[in-house]
Amino acid sequence: MIATQLLYVGCGILLLILGLWSFLVHPPLLRKLIAINVMGAGVFHILVAIAYRGIDTPPDPVPHALVLTGIVVAVSATALALAFGQRLDRDDDR
Amino acid sequence: MTRFVSWVLLPLGLVAIAGVLVWAFYLATTGETGARLADLALARVPETGVSNPVTSVLLNYRAYDTLLELAVLLAALLGIWSLGPAAPGFQRAAEVLQGMVAWFVPLLILAAGHMLWVGAYAPGGAFQAGALLGAAGVMLALAGHPSAGLPSEPVLRLLAILGVLVFCLVGLALMVLGLGFLTYPPGMAKWLILLIETGATLAIGVTLAAAYRGGRPARASEGAAP
Repeated sequence: MIATQLLYVGCGILLLILGLWSFLVHPPLLRKLIAINVMGAGVFHILVAIAYRGIDTPPDPVPHALVLTGIVVAVSATALALAFGQRLDRDDDR
Repeated sequence: MTRFVSWVLLPLGLVAIAGVLVWAFYLATTGETGARLADLALARVPETGVSNPVTSVLLNYRAYDTLLELAVLLAALLGIWSLGPAAPGFQRAAEVLQGMVAWFVPLLILAAGHMLWVGAYAPGGAFQAGALLGAAGVMLALAGHPSAGLPSEPVLRLLAILGVLVFCLVGLALMVLGLGFLTYPPGMAKWLILLIETGATLAIGVTLAAAYRGGRPARASEGAAP
């Protein structure tokens, strides 16, 4: 079962690294924002994989709760960043 | 030079980070099996008033965390509101979409209520229910309702702070009773958690829908409320 868990964590780390790379390399604000969200998805993936404790034992609830709150915070931070970006665009047009 | 950095040094650094993460995870899962937090958390779930372990972590063990997270949501919404009025609304949808929205929004509200209640003993809870309410608002906005189903400005402001307000009031009331801030007495824990979750659900739903609509809400006195 450790192989499944490592596969999940590996995918999470891959998403995290891809997001980080995209965040550092691409200048447009929207691409950076999407990259941060991909990184977040990777982190949630890793946390869910950490919570797994074998097929017979119930998963660790603490990382699950962290993911749940993390998703909502990520959504609201994205909304705030989009609003900032929209405002910047509008001010540039003037 | 920049080319060298972005095509050689950066990928190497990222691969190194990934390697360290995989190694750390491998050690964490295959290392010595000492006492883990999970066992302690699961053992004391019956004392928390709810039987869903995730809800008991969110609303009981780590209630501070959830309170501050609602404050983060509120701060994000205030930030969005501070950036000026909303962009012009969406075009009014055609009849088929209107009909679908008229079916889906009540269903989403019902599903949100179910999620909220079921969170005590099965996967569900305030965040999922709030997300469903927010989705109902987004759907209304996409179908061309400029208000996105949100109430008038004073009620909207009250609903937006409701989660933090209920959380703080419950915490302070418990302090007045001589318990710690957010230390629920076991007999009342279920109802206190349900009360907080109801407030949090409404606040999360309204915040998500208002964040999607964007822009400061029009004051009732300005007469711009459609």
